[in-house]
Amino acid sequence: MKPLTGSRRYTLIGLLLTALMLFPVYWMLNVSLTPQQDMRKTPPDLFPLHPTFEGYRAVLDDQMPYLGTSLLIGLGTVALTLVLAAPAGYALAKLRPFGGGTLGLVLLVAQMIPGIVMAMGFYGIFLDLGLLNSWWGLIVADSTIAVPFGVMIFTAFMSGIPGELIAASRIDGAGTFRTFWSIVLPVSRNALVTVSLFSFLWAWSDFVFANTLDGGGDWRPITLGIYKYIGNNNQEWNAIMATAVVASVPAAVLLVLAQRYVAAGVTAGAVKD
Amino acid sequence: MAIARVDRPRRAGAVSKASGTGGTHSLPLRRQRRRSRLTALAFVAPLLVYLAAFYVYPLYRNLDLSLRDYTVRSFVSGDAPFSGWDNFQKVLDDPTFGPAMRHTMIFTFVSIAFQYAIGLGLAVFFNRHFRLAPTLRALFLIPWLLPLIVSASSWSWMLNSESGVVNYFLHFFGVDPVGWLTSPDWALTSVIIANIWIGIPFNLVILYSGLQNIPGELYEAASLDGASAWQQFRRITFPLLRPVSAITLLLGLVYTLKVFDLIWIMTKGGPGDASSTLATWSYQLGFGSLLPKFGPGAAVGNILILIALVFGLLYIRVQSGQRRQET
Repeated sequence: MKPLTGSRRYTLIGLLLTALMLFPVYWMLNVSLTPQQDMRKTPPDLFPLHPTFEGYRAVLDDQMPYLGTSLLIGLGTVALTLVLAAPAGYALAKLRPFGGGTLGLVLLVAQMIPGIVMAMGFYGIFLDLGLLNSWWGLIVADSTIAVPFGVMIFTAFMSGIPGELIAASRIDGAGTFRTFWSIVLPVSRNALVTVSLFSFLWAWSDFVFANTLDGGGDWRPITLGIYKYIGNNNQEWNAIMATAVVASVPAAVLLVLAQRYVAAGVTAGAVKD
Repeated sequence: MAIARVDRPRRAGAVSKASGTGGTHSLPLRRQRRRSRLTALAFVAPLLVYLAAFYVYPLYRNLDLSLRDYTVRSFVSGDAPFSGWDNFQKVLDDPTFGPAMRHTMIFTFVSIAFQYAIGLGLAVFFNRHFRLAPTLRALFLIPWLLPLIVSASSWSWMLNSESGVVNYFLHFFGVDPVGWLTSPDWALTSVIIANIWIGIPFNLVILYSGLQNIPGELYEAASLDGASAWQQFRRITFPLLRPVSAITLLLGLVYTLKVFDLIWIMTKGGPGDASSTLATWSYQLGFGSLLPKFGPGAAVGNILILIALVFGLLYIRVQSGQRRQET
């Protein structure tokens, strides 16, 4: 098909473009390893010539509770999102409930509502209920980012499951729930992974809800840990960047482990049938 | 134009439609149908309850907030007098409104124009077959997956006026240092640059998957006819990609309108209100000071929803129009 000549040239250009694009990420790594006294040096060291781990020591000392909270909130959000979105997606795809079309539209519109507006609404409600500064309040708030997306992914995926498969399970005497649990869910593994991946990443990265609903609690997520760092000690940029590197680890790991689900999620979230 | 999405088993539609009417025959049809309606409801019920409690109710609270005269005390005591459109009037008369609106538009449109152009260029580039292409394309996703606070902090430090690496590179080319985040002339540009960087992967992925659906024979035929690469792009790639482009741009629009974290972390909308948008202004009013103005903050938020909905409805129209074209 396409001529292979010049392939090497393209690889070279590709490498250059990738390096350019990832420079901010590299710079974060570089700064995280730079000793305090070299931080404001001109010209800055382009490579960590005298690497120091004092930034990472600061992370270990200060940020572990934040990381734990973020992990808890991330996993909680994944669980809540799956529990709500998977059955609803199945219903929309296969069971044709009343007003299914309207519901689909509502979910699409829900994704367009700015987080900052949701945060303000949640603030009022949480204040009334005494839920401010609680980690599970944050799980609820964070799930609002992922649930509509999750339902749409599950609907798109599950409408592709062959009807015979479901009919066969019926004939074997399984009820709708049983069919859903032991046939539909196992077949939908790809959708489950995609939705889990995105709900975790979004909850992990959330800043708006964390900053408005959990400013003063004991259980604060890592995004606030970094934000507090920036505000408090404007000088220790190696510690700030070390925290940023550590906070990026889940994204990096998930990208490596679940690369194709990431691409699937982006396109499925954007373009549906 | 259908786009490759979550990989799904083939032969979807026809079979599933048939299975709906089939099934067991022991129960009377009507009773059976009612039962399946109830089961369907049971499967969506949790979602409906959730949407009512955690979407509709917060939005209602926000609307209510924008129509009342709230103070910190009334938040605690619970009584705030109804004030109609006062908050909206207050917001519209505020000297910040004009700039915030203008910045929102500039931020959104400039970001999207560059994200799209760069994303498209990269998608075309990666559509060629060369070694490492899939790996490099995956690496391009990183900026999009990083927590925003991470990207925002990294850019803040890179754009620092005294010790930032960007000014160092500029110095290298003989350009005077720029007060990226501290000068009113550059703050908006700075957050736009960072936002473009974050948005490129999203545009790249969607446009790339659109390119995958353009049949390769078209290009073969075109190159047999002696069409140059640029001609192929203009006559084949760009026109055939138009539906996907429309979706990409509209989604970008809806997403970018909402951007708050990035600007807040990098500049807090400042200096002055040099980089404040509707989103940061709304936050500034509601949470940014010790004397919160919840009512006006909520009013700005509702204006933002209105704008987002206009583009959102446009998005829905374009998408359903495309679906109609397909069938």
